[in-house]
Amino acid sequence: MSKITPEALKHLAKLARLELTEAELAMYATQLEIILDSVDKIREVAAGDVKPMSHAVGLTNVFREDVIRPSLDRAEVLSQAPATEANRFRVPRILNED
Amino acid sequence: MKILEAMEKFDPIIGLETHVELSTNSKMFCGCSTEFGAEPNTQVCPTCLGLPGSLPVPNKTAIESTFRIGLALNCQITEFSRFSRKNYFYPDMPKDFQTSQYDEPFCVNGYLDVLVPTDEGDKTFRVEIERVHLEEDTGKLTHSGGVTGRIHGADYSLVDYNRAGIALVEIVTKPVLGTGKYAGIVARAYVTELRDLLRSLAVSDVRMEEGSLRCDVNLSLHPKGASEWGKRTETKNVNSLRSVEKAVNSEIERQADVLTEGGKVTQETRHFHEDSGTSSSGRSKEEAEDYRYFPEPDLVPVIATSAWVNELKTDLPQAPSVERKRLAQEWGFSDEEMRDVVSMGATDLIAQTVAAGATAQAARKWWLGELARKATEAEKDLSSLGIEPKHISELEQLVVEGKLTDKLARQVLDGLINKEGTPSEIVQKRNLVVMSDDSSLLPAIRAAIEANPEVVAKVKTGKLQALGPILGAVMKETQGKADAGKVRSLVLKELAVEG
Amino acid sequence: MSEDLTTFSAQQLAAKIKNKDVTASEVTQAHFDRIEKLDKKIESFLYLDKAAALEQAKRVDKKVAKNETLSPLAGVPLALKDVMTQRGVPTTCGSKILENWRPPYDSTVVKRLKENDVIILGKVNMDEFAMGSSTENSAYQKTKNPWDLSRIPGGSSGGSSAAVASFFAPLAIGTDTGGSIRQPAAVCGIVGTKPTYGTVSRYGLIAFASSLDQAGPITRSVMDAALLNEVIAGYDPLDSTSINQSTASLVAAANTKDLKGMKIGVIKELGGEGWQEGVVANFNQSIETLKQLGAEVVEISLPHSLYALAVYYLIAPSEASSNLARFDGMRYGLRVGDNGEKDVEAVMNLTRAQGFGPEVKRRIILGTYALSTGYYDAYYGQAQKVRGLIAEDFKAAFEKVDVLVSPTSPTTAWKLGERVDNPLAMYLADLATLPPSLAGVPAISVPIGLAKEDQMPVGLQIIAPAMQDHKNYQVASAIEAAQGGLLIDQIKDLASLV
Ligand SMILES: [Mg+2]
Ligand SMILES: [Zn+2]
Repeated sequence: MSKITPEALKHLAKLARLELTEAELAMYATQLEIILDSVDKIREVAAGDVKPMSHAVGLTNVFREDVIRPSLDRAEVLSQAPATEANRFRVPRILNED
Repeated sequence: MKILEAMEKFDPIIGLETHVELSTNSKMFCGCSTEFGAEPNTQVCPTCLGLPGSLPVPNKTAIESTFRIGLALNCQITEFSRFSRKNYFYPDMPKDFQTSQYDEPFCVNGYLDVLVPTDEGDKTFRVEIERVHLEEDTGKLTHSGGVTGRIHGADYSLVDYNRAGIALVEIVTKPVLGTGKYAGIVARAYVTELRDLLRSLAVSDVRMEEGSLRCDVNLSLHPKGASEWGKRTETKNVNSLRSVEKAVNSEIERQADVLTEGGKVTQETRHFHEDSGTSSSGRSKEEAEDYRYFPEPDLVPVIATSAWVNELKTDLPQAPSVERKRLAQEWGFSDEEMRDVVSMGATDLIAQTVAAGATAQAARKWWLGELARKATEAEKDLSSLGIEPKHISELEQLVVEGKLTDKLARQVLDGLINKEGTPSEIVQKRNLVVMSDDSSLLPAIRAAIEANPEVVAKVKTGKLQALGPILGAVMKETQGKADAGKVRSLVLKELAVEG
Repeated sequence: MSEDLTTFSAQQLAAKIKNKDVTASEVTQAHFDRIEKLDKKIESFLYLDKAAALEQAKRVDKKVAKNETLSPLAGVPLALKDVMTQRGVPTTCGSKILENWRPPYDSTVVKRLKENDVIILGKVNMDEFAMGSSTENSAYQKTKNPWDLSRIPGGSSGGSSAAVASFFAPLAIGTDTGGSIRQPAAVCGIVGTKPTYGTVSRYGLIAFASSLDQAGPITRSVMDAALLNEVIAGYDPLDSTSINQSTASLVAAANTKDLKGMKIGVIKELGGEGWQEGVVANFNQSIETLKQLGAEVVEISLPHSLYALAVYYLIAPSEASSNLARFDGMRYGLRVGDNGEKDVEAVMNLTRAQGFGPEVKRRIILGTYALSTGYYDAYYGQAQKVRGLIAEDFKAAFEKVDVLVSPTSPTTAWKLGERVDNPLAMYLADLATLPPSLAGVPAISVPIGLAKEDQMPVGLQIIAPAMQDHKNYQVASAIEAAQGGLLIDQIKDLASLV
């Protein structure tokens, strides 16, 4: 289960938008295998009909009323952007349509 | 291959995914305003900008609207449901994941019946609903350089996040079988019906032209009689009612061509181009994203108690079909007339025109006549012409009062489409005053009589129906402003013939 | 140490300010003086917000002059972990990807600190995005343990623990996802609390693993921790996981020094073989102390706690892989490679490749893997189920005892660089702190002396049921009192700093 091939690792890096060098790929392949070997043992736990715990709190139905609250100051927001134009965030060209 | 030919060989299966922006005051997970048309990036906060450290808190009204949509679509409301994260990178999505729903959507298993005219008369098709879930909208991209406005060839893009985080409901149908050559019409009728239903629930503006209602069309073909379904494509960005029909039909034709030539349909997303009515190939299944859905840890589960659901059930409005029956009776429309009104998506426009003072028949005449023609010419939906119903009522009033001829009225419509003002203002600006006094009409009449001696001869022998060319010449000379009745009587008087 | 203002506890300083013995400005200035003199060697602060802090101190002094009602910690200086947003103040999360980012908003914790007139001196170092147990994963600097400058201060809140242990501030905010408050507090010989999940707002806490992250106090005394905990805790409508219910008074609990009638469970699975000798020895001695204080001590088994490490290293990286997606160079922070030619995907790839350090990348890839199609059920899904079993273990245990105890960490502070190339060895430091994090229950680490073999501090972890944080404070303060004086006062290396 826990064998990560270089191709699989490259695919994961692409999904995660991380450009990895060959050296990084080699290092992570080895380390991930060690880590996965160690985490693999959770699969031996009999937890068939146990309910997955996705929250540490037992809260449900937490909502807000549909009320408008002030937005941020645009100048302050845009001042932190790497590039802007015409009060918008400027981003490099997009090759793939979503 | 043309559609009818294609349908002799293949059966289509359609599926529709509709995204509806809810008209809540504030966004889905933050308090920013949803008002359309604000200055870019003025309706943003840490949460909808996805700033580090920000957290979402769900809008209760948006959740209730989703439940109401589900109930109106005859769905089951899921007792225990959750938001999930859909992970993929895109610059219009501030967190690079969309807070959406995955295996625990709010509503499941409903249906919507639509009435479609067929060769054997009107027929009801039942479109089954797979799920109705709630998610958040993305920001708006504009592309710079290259072919203006197109993503391809652009040098760079600009992002306005005002729309990011607006509550978005996704309504997904189950595969619809057995529509045959009516696939496009059924698809269009479904979206039209859904739009009317959403409007009656008052949960959304449902303005396709502003993007508050958007459609993706799934389509596959299989040889007639085959039990296995074909590979399907998903055509995105279908943003008008007529385009829904067009997208289905053009994709049927495209796939039929591929299959007939012995090729294979690629499972892919395609992008519809509203301007050309065609689609282009997008991402294939092999390149498909792995969305890595998992339950949103920043949000807690939603429990739909029966008390809550029942309360929402009690104030659902009447189904549009019931409401339509009532309207047809009130307006005195025949079944056929009403069906055309519905299929043109004009029910609401007529209702508003009537509310502004016009008679129902007059309203129908304008919307399904001249305006329908103009919409077809412009390749737009009626509602996308941008004409306000109260202006049609005003226009009709001017015609009734004799202040406008039919021909002038058509010019007023052009003015309305160009947003030149109210009908009265357009009449003034364009100087569209009806000419009916003798002194202004006579010079043109005399010139026309002089130019048509043979017509005069015929008329003088009593053939009044031969008058046409003279009347036409007068109308032409006066640019359609002449009062036709008055012209006729003046011509006869000039020729000393009894009318 | 001299009667320097930096030697007092937060409680003492607040009293002195209130009684007009000293001004908040003097207290603040004294701490800045010490930082400026000594932090070159510790490297705990990333950013000093001197002007704003002194300005804030002046406002407190005005309130004192006008005899206005003061909050219990008014005028007391604090070091803020750089994971919390503070409007207009650089917030880096220890990462190059956020270098120079100035958030346009305050986190709820910062808002509460400001409202309570706590003086925020500046931002302190941390492992990048709170991933690590040594603070060596910071992209900026290596913080040292003031007990021994060749050793790590713990992590990820190592800047917070080092600053407090160096007397740069009596108070610090840390955040704890799997032990990041308790372990640095333990290895620096001070107090650290992870409150019940949901009692301190996460709004403005830059997320590592949303279902686990919780901010809490790092201080030199148990009472100071209780005071700070009460300031930062409370319902926040901006956080959907915030609990709208208050705990019993923590300060009152920290004032109760006896443990009569209390039943304490020693966690069987945490300790013993493989654990550092001095850690185990001090722990056993603290059990004796607990008994002398009147507690009944029993052994308790948490069978699934053995799986906590595996569960944690699936859940936390999975959530992190999603939480950290937003750092893509589009809206704020670093952008790399935008030369007009490269497309958006290439620029995102380069930005993240350069902006993130190796541990962050490792966890993003691990999390991406655990969530990806075909592995979800075996990894993330299964991890959530086992997490449920761990929580059940705690529930069952708390039917038998009031609190549970274990050593906070298997070892004392190790040498800088020692575990850098061995992620798994680094992860082992969290063995004892992970189970309560996964269960969402509160835990505190309190010093229990120096290990014989290396003269480095050892911590005792006390764990209470959810919303019963006060019990941790009660036990911790009893132990602290029984030891007669704070361990941190025995620190020797500090003298050599000057
Ligand atoms: Mg969707
Ligand atoms: Zn917002």
